[in-house]
Amino acid sequence: MLRSAFVRTNNRLPKIASSAATSGSAAFSRNTLSPSLRTSSIRQYAASAVGVAKTLRSDDGLSIETHTDVQAANKEQSNIRTASKSIMSTEDGISSGTTALNHAYRENTGYGTRPIYLDMQATTPTDPRVLDTMLKYYTGLYGNPHSNTHSYGWETNKAVEAAREYVADVIHANSKEIIFTSGATESNNMVVKGVARFYSKTKKHIITTKTEHKCVIEAARAMMNEGFDVTFLNVDANGLVDLKELEDAIRPDTCLISVMAVNNEIGVIQPLKEIGAICKKHKVYFHTDAAQAYGKIPIDVNEMNIDLLSISSHKIYGPKGIGALYVRRRPRVRLEPLFSGGGQERGLRSGTLAPPNVAGFGEAARIMKQEYENDKKHIERLSKKLVDGLLANDHTNLNGSALHRYPGCINVSFAYVEGESLLMALRDIALSSGSACTSASLEPSYVLHALGKDDAMAHSSIRFGIGRFSTEEEVDYVIKAISERVKFLRELSPLWEMVQEGIDLDSIEWSGH
Amino acid sequence: MATAPTRLQVLALYKQFIKNSKQFNNYNFREYFLRRSRDSFKQNMALQKPEEVSRAYSDAKEELGILKRQAVISQMYTFDKLVVEPLNNKHHH
Repeated sequence: MLRSAFVRTNNRLPKIASSAATSGSAAFSRNTLSPSLRTSSIRQYAASAVGVAKTLRSDDGLSIETHTDVQAANKEQSNIRTASKSIMSTEDGISSGTTALNHAYRENTGYGTRPIYLDMQATTPTDPRVLDTMLKYYTGLYGNPHSNTHSYGWETNKAVEAAREYVADVIHANSKEIIFTSGATESNNMVVKGVARFYSKTKKHIITTKTEHKCVIEAARAMMNEGFDVTFLNVDANGLVDLKELEDAIRPDTCLISVMAVNNEIGVIQPLKEIGAICKKHKVYFHTDAAQAYGKIPIDVNEMNIDLLSISSHKIYGPKGIGALYVRRRPRVRLEPLFSGGGQERGLRSGTLAPPNVAGFGEAARIMKQEYENDKKHIERLSKKLVDGLLANDHTNLNGSALHRYPGCINVSFAYVEGESLLMALRDIALSSGSACTSASLEPSYVLHALGKDDAMAHSSIRFGIGRFSTEEEVDYVIKAISERVKFLRELSPLWEMVQEGIDLDSIEWSGH
Repeated sequence: MATAPTRLQVLALYKQFIKNSKQFNNYNFREYFLRRSRDSFKQNMALQKPEEVSRAYSDAKEELGILKRQAVISQMYTFDKLVVEPLNNKHHH
């Protein structure tokens, strides 16, 4: 239905996209270069564009800067600029539009070219304090934490255990209940497959929701091949699980309920405490994927009766490539390990731990706890500003519950604009139309589908992630840029024209397709 | 515990925090540490007990070490300026 209309608009959109890219910064044109060229040019540019980076010299006068080729970078950049200008002048069809976009880009007004990062649900920048902790383990403290015959092992082992304390502390757990893994995906797989397999003789049923992260859904699907029944619960229009429905879905042979804490696409917080109480009542293990929630909303594993909880380090300004799984000890939760090996991490996750990552993760967790109030205040303030600014545009709406949400994740639908084309026109802001794994495929988000949104709505939504390092200036820029470009794209859209004329789109019978 | 730092010592430390925060090449880190330094010194102004003050002081000194090292690292690995950053005016505060 509406799809066909979007195909039509699409035919016109590449034009905007290309003009946007060319009129836009050189940084993006660079992305079309070969990968090998790309890295080198980033360095060069840094020197040219910055121009102010204080020359850093070591004591003997040697320059230790990594970027040097200022002239070449300047030349390259000016070439790209003139090229883009000549393309623009031939593009007379939408000249009014390019001026609008030019204006929004602030290209030649003495500002930088690198996009604003607003995709904090995908990953977060590593906190310098975390990096500072990690560097020690990449320079001097390189022992294997499992070597207990010498001091190299002891010192890293001590760091690992300290990190474990910090990680446990955020969710009010005991440090012995924390298992380090490679990330939340591994943790989720470990739970869904491990718990199910361990109890497979008597229990054959898993409950989860339709809005879970792909790794939980796919792991549950994989268990269906091993003879398990899986119930995928629906969510309401706000993205929340119906507790009654959840309770009704529990069977005598249910072994695990997995409900995520904060949704990665819409930021909705599920009623963990209530679900925990239901699980306790029916003696079913409760797992929650807290990758987006850990350290950002208050979680108490005891108060909420959480038996298993997945954590990811790179969502809390920690290093990439590490995460953790909380596994309750009393009453003990048993699970079959995915990895066989030396029996590290209580035998649940064999393999040598990476002390730099573990220590960095621990520091990130410690900072999350220490900075909780400050971060919360900052993120809430910026989030409110962004939501108010975006919703001031016509025909926009916030996806997911407005009340039960983590303010750092905002998902907004811009009706009559196609999300991906808006992202194309927004090359100066790093955003995503959904989770990183699904946005590559141009498929509409399954999470928004589960909320009952139609294809058109799911296609036209964009996710904004605000974090510790976001600034007010950035939010102001984003509001302005989005408002201008939504308006511009709508002016191209025949659908928008019809809406302006007061035609009800649902009353139209689309031909073809 | 050592005796509580004097007003002058605290102010000198605050100045060091601002100076080192400004040296971050990365826009977001620079803005964050400036905001954080200001906020935390403001928050700790309410501290009364000498032992609390001296603990806050020694914690801050340790943090200053991190800030110094990381500001240097941020200058060693630099990237393009963000679209919200003016090019020629490094500290537009």
